[in-house]
Amino acid sequence: MSAPAPSLAASKIAGGVATDTRHDSAHKHVTGQAVYIDDMPEPSGTLHACLGLSTVAHGAIRSMDLSAVAAAPGVVWVMTGHDVPGENDISPTGRHDEPVLATDKVQFFGQPVFAVVAETREQARRATKLAKIVYDELPGVFDVWDLNPNKDKLVTPPLTLKRGDAKAAIKSAPKRLKGRMRVGGQDHFYLEGQIAMALPGEDRDVTVYSSTQHPSEVQHMVAHALGVPSHAVTVEIRRMGGGFGGKETQGNQFAAIAAIAAKRLGRAIKIRPDRDDDMTATGKRHDFVVDYEVGFDGDGNILGVDYVYAARCGFSSDLSGPVTDRALFHCDNAYFLPAVRAQSAPLYTNTVSNTAFRGFGGPQGMVGMERVIDEVAFATGLDPLEVRKRNFYDRDAGARSVTPYHQTVEDNVIHRVVSELEESASYARRRREIAAFNANSDVVKRGLALTPVKFGISFTATHFNQAGALVHVYTDGSVHLNHGGTEMGQGLYVKVAQVVAEEFQIDIDQVKITATTTGKVPNTSATAASSGSDLNGMAAQNAARQIKDRLCQFASEKWGLHKEQILFLPNRVRLGNQEIPFAELVRQAYMARVQLSAAGFYKTPKIHWDRDKGQGRPFYYFAYGAACAEVSIDTLTGEYMVERVDILHETGRSLNRAIDIGQVEGAFIQGMGWLTTEELVWDGKGRLRTHAPSTYKIPLASDRPKIFNVTLADWSEAAEPTVHKSKAVGEPPFMLGMAVLHALSDAVASVADHKLCPRLDAPATPERVLMAVERLRKLAAK
Amino acid sequence: MPARSHLRFVLNGQDISLADVRPDETLLDFLRLSRRLVGTKEGCAEGDCGACTVLVGRLSKGRLVYEAVNACIRFLGSLDGTHVVTVEHLRGKDGALHPVQQAMVDWHGSQCGFCTPGFVMSLYALWMREPDPSVAQIEKALQGNLCRCTGYEPIVKAARAISSYGALEADFLAAERKTVTARLKKLADGVRVEIGKGKDRLIVPASVDDLAALLKKEPTATIVAGSTDVGLWVTKHMREIAPVVFIGGLEELRTVSVKAGLVTIGAGVSYSEAFGTLAKHIPAFGPLIDRIGGEQVRNMGTIGGNIANGSPIGDTPPPLIALGASLTLRIGGKRRTIPLEDFFIAYGKQDRQPGEFVESISVPVPAKGSFFHVHKITKRRDEDITAALGAFNVVVKGGTVQSARIAYGGMAATPKRAKKVEAALVGKPWSLATVEAALPAYEQDFAPISDMRASAEYRMLAAKNLLKRFHLETTGRKAPVTVTRFQEAVAI
Repeated sequence: MSAPAPSLAASKIAGGVATDTRHDSAHKHVTGQAVYIDDMPEPSGTLHACLGLSTVAHGAIRSMDLSAVAAAPGVVWVMTGHDVPGENDISPTGRHDEPVLATDKVQFFGQPVFAVVAETREQARRATKLAKIVYDELPGVFDVWDLNPNKDKLVTPPLTLKRGDAKAAIKSAPKRLKGRMRVGGQDHFYLEGQIAMALPGEDRDVTVYSSTQHPSEVQHMVAHALGVPSHAVTVEIRRMGGGFGGKETQGNQFAAIAAIAAKRLGRAIKIRPDRDDDMTATGKRHDFVVDYEVGFDGDGNILGVDYVYAARCGFSSDLSGPVTDRALFHCDNAYFLPAVRAQSAPLYTNTVSNTAFRGFGGPQGMVGMERVIDEVAFATGLDPLEVRKRNFYDRDAGARSVTPYHQTVEDNVIHRVVSELEESASYARRRREIAAFNANSDVVKRGLALTPVKFGISFTATHFNQAGALVHVYTDGSVHLNHGGTEMGQGLYVKVAQVVAEEFQIDIDQVKITATTTGKVPNTSATAASSGSDLNGMAAQNAARQIKDRLCQFASEKWGLHKEQILFLPNRVRLGNQEIPFAELVRQAYMARVQLSAAGFYKTPKIHWDRDKGQGRPFYYFAYGAACAEVSIDTLTGEYMVERVDILHETGRSLNRAIDIGQVEGAFIQGMGWLTTEELVWDGKGRLRTHAPSTYKIPLASDRPKIFNVTLADWSEAAEPTVHKSKAVGEPPFMLGMAVLHALSDAVASVADHKLCPRLDAPATPERVLMAVERLRKLAAK
Repeated sequence: MPARSHLRFVLNGQDISLADVRPDETLLDFLRLSRRLVGTKEGCAEGDCGACTVLVGRLSKGRLVYEAVNACIRFLGSLDGTHVVTVEHLRGKDGALHPVQQAMVDWHGSQCGFCTPGFVMSLYALWMREPDPSVAQIEKALQGNLCRCTGYEPIVKAARAISSYGALEADFLAAERKTVTARLKKLADGVRVEIGKGKDRLIVPASVDDLAALLKKEPTATIVAGSTDVGLWVTKHMREIAPVVFIGGLEELRTVSVKAGLVTIGAGVSYSEAFGTLAKHIPAFGPLIDRIGGEQVRNMGTIGGNIANGSPIGDTPPPLIALGASLTLRIGGKRRTIPLEDFFIAYGKQDRQPGEFVESISVPVPAKGSFFHVHKITKRRDEDITAALGAFNVVVKGGTVQSARIAYGGMAATPKRAKKVEAALVGKPWSLATVEAALPAYEQDFAPISDMRASAEYRMLAAKNLLKRFHLETTGRKAPVTVTRFQEAVAI
């Protein structure tokens, strides 16, 4: 059966840019036909691997007796770190501090020590329990609260940002205060856990299907662990069941083990940890302890801030360097800090190595800044929103526009975003109504907060800001699209397809979206840092334009036309006075031996960053938004309810507003979860006690704000020439969730007549809320 | 009659007969590994995320009812005589999307798509009961489904729009209802099912008498009703549970009756089945049941199992103890009835003899004029396990406390009465001063622990404050005494 012919009379293509085109896989999601790695037909003889995890948090391995494991029913092979043919290392930044499997010592509870390969997954799981490993236990470091950022062990070099003399500014300020805040970590809780399936090939080859945001890195890591060139390893991923940063580096281990076992045994190997192993053995968002000292005046103007951002990094560096860097890059949020010093402390702990998670340290940096705003507001008696507005960066790159990393904010729209939201959410009226409500309600208190977000867009490692794409046009006019970005639900594939459809002026169903593979587009960057459509959209556009240029060249020669006489109209091409179907032009070009395939490329202009100096322009542009949240709390139990949230967010000239609103809503809820109910709890032995959804609580439908108004700014457009003037949307709205934390804080503050800063740490569980209420009541009674 | 040695049920459109079923085999593994029906996903293997949601249709008093369940913790052996419907069955014969699916597509209800089949099945189950659901009903129906991408807003919007995509009467399950009912009736042969050999056996008894006889012979068998707890013994702890006796299909145990001020609940009655009667006669149970597990767990889990497993954080024992409920246990032909509070001896230890099973629970309806309230505290409001739960049954006459039965969960190694607190209240005026004076008694009644759900300090403080809340609620005041999502319990 042939596909329906595209309309040749349409005035607009179906599924071009700036349309609400649905997710390309939506119909497959709802029918269960979308294929995730665990759903792929397994090659005959496929074996299943399971990790054996350490049972102490820190210790030397004295002996390891795996004989009972090997003898268990169905077990084919038991692998240890000594079986790794190449280097037993998967550290993504080349620091050689993260083994595939630990050999002589373990550094966190749940560290993979061996892997069992068996006929069935169930047999492999059961066999792991039979290991007899004796450890010489060593003392462990679990929490960073009591560590010294200047003396204790770090996993990677720290960063300090400086502008002006913060210490002097604080000292000479009319008012000053200092404080400390705990900001919790977060498990990704992607619904599809980590998974890899490796198929051995000829020679040294192996193909790995890996649920990863970073196929190129998986390729390199697998090659490194196998001791083979990168060309021997092909990594493919059609879609992930969620990533959120948790599959940027954390898939490496599973892919490496599957590939090693596949090559060793000559059989296909699948490894899919259960949820508990996944949550125990893979990294999370870094939790931080933020120390701050701020100098300010009686009008709420911040004069100087000194920060230390101490992060629990776990036992290895992983991405902790760039994560803690990004925390510092956002220690200003949307505010001008006349003098600032911010120091990171990526601390070593005997816990799982923390990793990327949506926002990548940025959220923790901003939460620290917003706490400082809260402190200033309570100290001056001003409404926190007033303090926020007084400290915003200038419009139009005015005098107060330079960031702590010496980049000038050129595209600032936060004033407009906040004032429009303040108006549409009726902030002032509701502030009065809430005060009246609280005056007559002793148990239940309401709170309101409006918080801004300014988020820097680009990988801070400048070289990652490049992308490739591969576009083929077939002789029937249909198009095969491939690029280096991965699909984890965010709608990247459909957005890039929209860009290509727009370029060729063909309906989107003429563009086939294909699985990301290292064999088609090499040396790609992770789909991360909100950069997916910015980078890959541009690369795909570049590829399409190359082909289009060749088609134009061909047409102009064949029909003797000037380039201006050739117009790509919906599904057809105008050639002077005649119109022919796009497919017909393609067919004729093929007959004339025109190359109909192109590799596209893009690198972000303007950016540079000198980490040693702490200066540069790490970000191509900034994305902005704001949220206004109202909550009620029960001062007897700390339970709370999010009554209403209004959001105004800007995504430039959106490629797809439906997809972008989905990103904004989803990110907000995820950010709210991070700051409210999602609590990671380690016990005194360094064991994570919250390793499944029964104990780790992400938001439910019934945690949504009762009233939830989400708007994209219709006036927004990127200041830089991004793809169709759109702006990144993956991470920035995550931090809109801060409004809920601050609304809770506002409600707590009401028990002491808004005279004391609640210093509500995150996550603000009911327990934390109640304890903050108790603390304030006691202080107020003094 | 000789036992049948194979399991029979209907899977989507197909009759299934299986002679080879492991006693602890889950429905999810059967679907994915044996049948390659991979639309149903594994997200957590503990009944919390809902990615594995399927529908199970069963005959209840001759009527075919479909319920959303978690395939990950549902044992295959419990499905004899049922109709299992997976997402693959939803697509119409012409390939068109089902109204639930089309609504989800059009409202952008999926992003990564991994949770989506589970959401589709939960929404389908809701839609079958309520074609025009309220937001409260939708939220209740989705308590057992986690989505990490969308933030739920588009899913709720899709749920409200389903009926605009097609009429319930025209739905294919409605169309095949008659034939499926007939097929299931044919399968219900009233015969015991016994599969496997020696210890490695599963048994589906033919009747309660058959169950009693069986357990007397095999007192160490694991009794499985809803498998919302035992399922995790297998999927999480890899415990050996065989031989297994599945009692969920015994209709005799699935009865709820009200007589002379006593609600009697059979041991096989699920939370969902108990909801209607309990919420009507003892209103405080409605909102409590709404917050036990998600809809899938409530459709499987039983009050009998909640009691029999003796968890210190089970949600029904404290209110049942506060009400003075009694438990009927049976061994062979012998029955005994004991006060429920005496059943819980110590952590993990209950007053149940080998071979004995819980047959029913009898709950006195609180007398008119008495106050009966239940408050559950959790980190996340819904589908969360209790940090502390207080149940208060107090009679006040002429402003004086006549009697008080107060029980807590999460505060001790078992569900436990707060007897010193009760004593500090009885005979005193029902006033804030009395409440304040009673608070120190909590320290004598309880010494809670710190764990991942809450600290001991918080548990103690919140437990005390629940008594304050109860007092405020019963003394009439205008200002709200707690935060609320919806005013009433939600029936679907």
